[in-house]
Amino acid sequence: MVPDSRSRSSLERWCDRWLVRTTLGLAVLTGLLLALMVGVITWRALPAVQQFGLRFITGSAWNPVPGREDFGVLPMIYGTLVSSGMALLIAVPLGLGTAIFLSEDFIPRPLRLVLAFGVELLAAIPSVVYGLWGMWVLIPLLQPLARWLHRHWGWIPLFGTEPVGPGLLPSALVLAIMILPLVTAITKDALAALPPELRQASLALGATRWWTIVRVLIPAAMSGIVGGTILALGRALGETMAVTMVIGNANQLQVSWLAPANTLASLLASQFPEAQGIQVSALMYAALLLVLLTLVVNILADVIVNQLQAKYE
Amino acid sequence: MLPQLGCRWWLVVAVLFCWVAAGVAAGDGGGQRLHQKSVHVTGLGASFPAPLYQNWAVALNRLHPHIRVDYQSQGSGAGVENFIRGNVDFAASDVAMRDEDMAKVPRGVLMLPMTAGSIVLAYHLPGVPTGLKLSRAVYVGIFSGHIRRWNDPQIQVLNPGVALPDWGITVVHRADGSGTTAVLTGHLSAISPAWKQTFGEGTTIQWPTTGNFVGARGNEGVTAYIQQIPGAIGYVEYGYAHHHRLTVAALENKAGVYVVPTPASGAATLAAVALPEHLRASIRDPEGPDAYPLVTYTWQLQYQKQPDVSKAVALEMWLEYGLNEGQKMAAELGYIPLPRGVREQVAQVADTLTDQYTITLKD
Repeated sequence: MVPDSRSRSSLERWCDRWLVRTTLGLAVLTGLLLALMVGVITWRALPAVQQFGLRFITGSAWNPVPGREDFGVLPMIYGTLVSSGMALLIAVPLGLGTAIFLSEDFIPRPLRLVLAFGVELLAAIPSVVYGLWGMWVLIPLLQPLARWLHRHWGWIPLFGTEPVGPGLLPSALVLAIMILPLVTAITKDALAALPPELRQASLALGATRWWTIVRVLIPAAMSGIVGGTILALGRALGETMAVTMVIGNANQLQVSWLAPANTLASLLASQFPEAQGIQVSALMYAALLLVLLTLVVNILADVIVNQLQAKYE
Repeated sequence: MLPQLGCRWWLVVAVLFCWVAAGVAAGDGGGQRLHQKSVHVTGLGASFPAPLYQNWAVALNRLHPHIRVDYQSQGSGAGVENFIRGNVDFAASDVAMRDEDMAKVPRGVLMLPMTAGSIVLAYHLPGVPTGLKLSRAVYVGIFSGHIRRWNDPQIQVLNPGVALPDWGITVVHRADGSGTTAVLTGHLSAISPAWKQTFGEGTTIQWPTTGNFVGARGNEGVTAYIQQIPGAIGYVEYGYAHHHRLTVAALENKAGVYVVPTPASGAATLAAVALPEHLRASIRDPEGPDAYPLVTYTWQLQYQKQPDVSKAVALEMWLEYGLNEGQKMAAELGYIPLPRGVREQVAQVADTLTDQYTITLKD
């Protein structure tokens, strides 16, 4: 067939130009939106930044009582990092395993579809339901385990406090379950999107299925897997409702995972409605830190993805 | 420092949206009742009286179909702030407005106590019924983190014959800013100079770092934590404790008597406090042998000058309803009905909104 070699009509060229302009506009708009949000948060945070400076990050007081205001968010930064980190440690292996199982033909296709649907349904449950479940089901279930941990491993600071109920451990578990569908769904799609030739070639070279999965498929889908993990981490860092309900909202620095703690997002959600004066500014400062934290985590993840890709290329 | 205004601009958006939505809805219903112009007033503020006000609004609308009152429960602080900015027709707050805030309202402020409530200390101790006696020193000690075990001799000596377990005390407090916290900490500051010095009072305070303290959101959150954590004690509004059948402590009042929170002991407290002319009485430590120590009024804030006459009339009818039928509803929902004398005082002030309508107290 001979390709159409006539020159493009002016209408076509006009359309092309406008498509480029519109998409450019939309892209710029998205960027502007982010800049605007960060700008407003920064501007509102300025009084607290000036008053508390870096002490805000290293301090652990949170005292909004008029006349004795003092704010520091070290406990919340610790709570945010630990709860999200623990959630990832639990959710990623679990999600990866589920995704591999669901993308292989270990069980008949209809059964697989049902299972996959079930996992995706987890993502549709509102976070307040996770919170209620965490509060009424998970915490009582965890109590014996937490007591055992404290009794036998109490000399480790991580289990150094008598378990109260609400705390870092249950919130990490609730978060893990919440982000599990995200990790699973994206990993499964990444695995499914691999060209079938890759698998066939590996098998043809005499690799077992085990080797095919571990040495060929997972490395090839790595960028998708890490991408899913980053999205999941973002969700975990920013989750408010479910965390507030199970973490115990204690603004004090406790290393122990069994002690009540707090996260930045949960602090913001609880205290904004009634905040006054400098407290509003302090909350904005905390929000700014949360944005920065997310940014740092994303950059780190990008670096990791690039390293991994370089390794396998 | 930035002005605190403007920090919640989205609230304005929400209120505007409701206004527009309500305008559309009112326009729909207007066709049937052309003879009476429909009036729509919006209020916003404290969450504590919200169930009561929302019930009043429904009942008032049934009586006078042309009046629609929308009350949004967003917290006392939000109420005062939106009132200052003039975003609402009225507001509500559990904490009386401060003078410097009142000065920011050029239209003038009427502060009307419309109902009252007790705050109870509820605990989770199997086998210990309602009425565990806590002296002033003891409950200050618990909230300060000094008394950390239930079988502490200071508690045991007040309650001979009660088998107190050897459990740690977990104090459940509000994680969100709240008028309830302000009332509790105000009372603690009034009875204990040490508390005042160390912690002070406010809608959110910094809780001790010794002992077990956990925060929960809202009265319902605190209630849930108390039900769930063995050995927990926390403060909630009477209605929540009553509804969830929590066991509650008898507190030592100023006269040295231990009083269990009931509607009657709450009413005794209100009776013991004389309301000044501007109706702003904070009950920090009430006198009287039957008075329960933790009681608060909750106020509706109205603009002294309401330029829209039909709105002013509607607001007076709304207040009249609240002072009459509304008080019976208050008792059913776990609030403390206002004493007759207070109702008269409030009616008198509320009547100054407009001379087009006169508020009359029934019974």
